[in-house]
Amino acid sequence: MSNHFNIDIVNPEQSFLSKDNVFEVVIPAVEGEIGILKDHIPIISFLKPGIIRVFSESEEQSFYVEDGIVEFKDNTLSVLTSSIFDLKDADKNFVSESISSAEAELSKDNIDDQKRFLLNHKVEVLKSISIN
Amino acid sequence: MPSLDDLRKRITSVKSTQKITKAMKMVAAAKLRKAQENAEKGRPYSEKMNNVILNLSKSITDKENAPKLLVGTGEEKVHLCIVLTADRGLCGGFNTNIIKKAKSYFEKIISENKTLKIITVGSKGYDQLKRQYKSYIVENISFKESKNINYFDADKVGKIIIEKFEKNEFDVCAIFYNKFKNVITQIPQEQQIVPLNEDKDGKDDSSNDNDYEFEPDEDEILSNLLPKNISTQIFKAMLENSASEQGSRMTAMDNATRNAGELVDRLTIEYNRSRQAAITKELIEIISGAESL
Repeated sequence: MSNHFNIDIVNPEQSFLSKDNVFEVVIPAVEGEIGILKDHIPIISFLKPGIIRVFSESEEQSFYVEDGIVEFKDNTLSVLTSSIFDLKDADKNFVSESISSAEAELSKDNIDDQKRFLLNHKVEVLKSISIN
Repeated sequence: MPSLDDLRKRITSVKSTQKITKAMKMVAAAKLRKAQENAEKGRPYSEKMNNVILNLSKSITDKENAPKLLVGTGEEKVHLCIVLTADRGLCGGFNTNIIKKAKSYFEKIISENKTLKIITVGSKGYDQLKRQYKSYIVENISFKESKNINYFDADKVGKIIIEKFEKNEFDVCAIFYNKFKNVITQIPQEQQIVPLNEDKDGKDDSSNDNDYEFEPDEDEILSNLLPKNISTQIFKAMLENSASEQGSRMTAMDNATRNAGELVDRLTIEYNRSRQAAITKELIEIISGAESL
């Protein structure tokens, strides 16, 4: 029996990625990374800025996401996100722009702890992208 | 009786109008295809979002403490209406239909002595509503500059709504837009987005779905998800609207082209008749002149 399951990544404009031969997906859920294999228990969670890694037999794909919702049910993983891009076509300018805008946001005084945490995290992830 | 010259001028003028309407029809047809594609591509997102929320709201047992965006403030005094229209005219009954639908809703609210607040998205809606409802309009948003419908714009509207909700500026929020059925038919829609109407199509395969694992807990996910859902619904409405607008414009321009064609035919016949009448008259004059000699 195969240990494959389906993944659907959709953003508001279109269906971003749809595959039926992945065996592991690692998602940056808000309380820590979750690795999902076939027959995972149904789960709903949301994402913090990070990298989604999709493993299939032939390749490994990585995507940067800023936020979103994941739902796993009946061996289908749905990821709803409004901001996603493939690390392979990461635009250097865009990444550095996002870093600076996030840092500008961080320097404001009136943000709460949770937001500060998310922004810090975002800067960290984006910086790790721009180094590679 | 118009002179031959007048008729000729009118025929040319109608013909050039026809050329314009024909070109507009072609443009609308091309844009329609793209808009329709976009609307279809955007559907999975809003559908999935709806599913997740449906599943979540079922597992919420504590209705008292559920997020207010889902269950409402418990009152129904202030209604906020988002009227989504086009930025351009010449698209048949497209804008008027939305406005009509919205107006009947407004009248109902006013007659029930509730407070009405209006946000118009798209300049045509503002133009048509400001005459009668100027004092109720709290905001007028237009995305004339953005070429394509994008989520970013919808999110802006969504954020305005959330902000107003958090300030307790309204209890119920409804959006008005045209749903795209096909090129000829667009149905004006009224959709309530705050509090969320969960009664419809809730009877699907969901009897055994309550075994979800939530991380973090349901409440937190919901309060994160609901604001997003509002933007998503607005975005969906905007996509449907843009497809409807192009469809409506295409039909309207097609009709206009046809009408212009008929008008040209009629004018040509009239022109030929009066030309012939003039010739006959001249002939008669010549013949009777020759006879009298």
